[in-house]
Amino acid sequence: MAAILSDAELVQRCRAGDQAAWHELVERFSRYVYAICVQGFRLQGHDAEDVFQEVFARVFEHLDRLRSDDAIRPWIAQLTRRLCIDKLRSSGREAPAEVEEEVAELDRTLESLDDALTVRAGLDEVGDPCREILDRFFCRDESYKVIGDALELPAGTIASRISRCLAKLKAQLEGRSEGSSPSRA
Amino acid sequence: MTGYDTERIAELLRLLPPPPEGWIRAAQELPQARAELDALVARAEDDAAFRAQVVADLEAALEAEGIDPTPSVVAALRVRLASG
Repeated sequence: MAAILSDAELVQRCRAGDQAAWHELVERFSRYVYAICVQGFRLQGHDAEDVFQEVFARVFEHLDRLRSDDAIRPWIAQLTRRLCIDKLRSSGREAPAEVEEEVAELDRTLESLDDALTVRAGLDEVGDPCREILDRFFCRDESYKVIGDALELPAGTIASRISRCLAKLKAQLEGRSEGSSPSRA
Repeated sequence: MTGYDTERIAELLRLLPPPPEGWIRAAQELPQARAELDALVARAEDDAAFRAQVVADLEAALEAEGIDPTPSVVAALRVRLASG
């Protein structure tokens, strides 16, 4: 898919049975769902994987119930949150929603993840090579050497490229209009 | 989100590492898996002996049909058979 589709366009294509659009939807929200499970609710291993798969299974099954195609992002967030709580309860652990301090912390984490998803969307709009360099360094925690080897760039230039790419991403985010942009993750 | 200083941007990028590749692939293959599940359920509805075999061991039945018996697929099959 060459052009970056908005969330609503992506949902419409998925609903029409477009396989490539479904792949893109999973790709776009996979990090977000994963982060809510692992960072928000501290699920690990199979528990996190179960919730992750269940979220996408329900999204696939109930996509036609979505009232507004633009609302896919909050819907996925809410669905993930609910399934994480169910998982914690089913395994006899206390869900964060039961302790006030933890609720506040969870809300802050989820808010940050929402901001992070917006930044990811900006990163996709900036495109490669910045997207790949920043993703490798910040999200995959790769060293300058590993990035340099992978992208066939001198390792000594990676730090300055990261700095330039961050500035480019910052400019992109500042100029980004709200509402119609994709929530790519 | 308001304000985009580069330190905050870097911090936010770090919050979204990729999940394991296999998880993404399994979720992406869901439509195909569901179609295979539909075929399996249809066969179980037509063939009582096959249905009994499937109900006896859902995971084994899925594996025999070449479907990865992930928890969500097994749960979906259980629901489909119960409602069928």
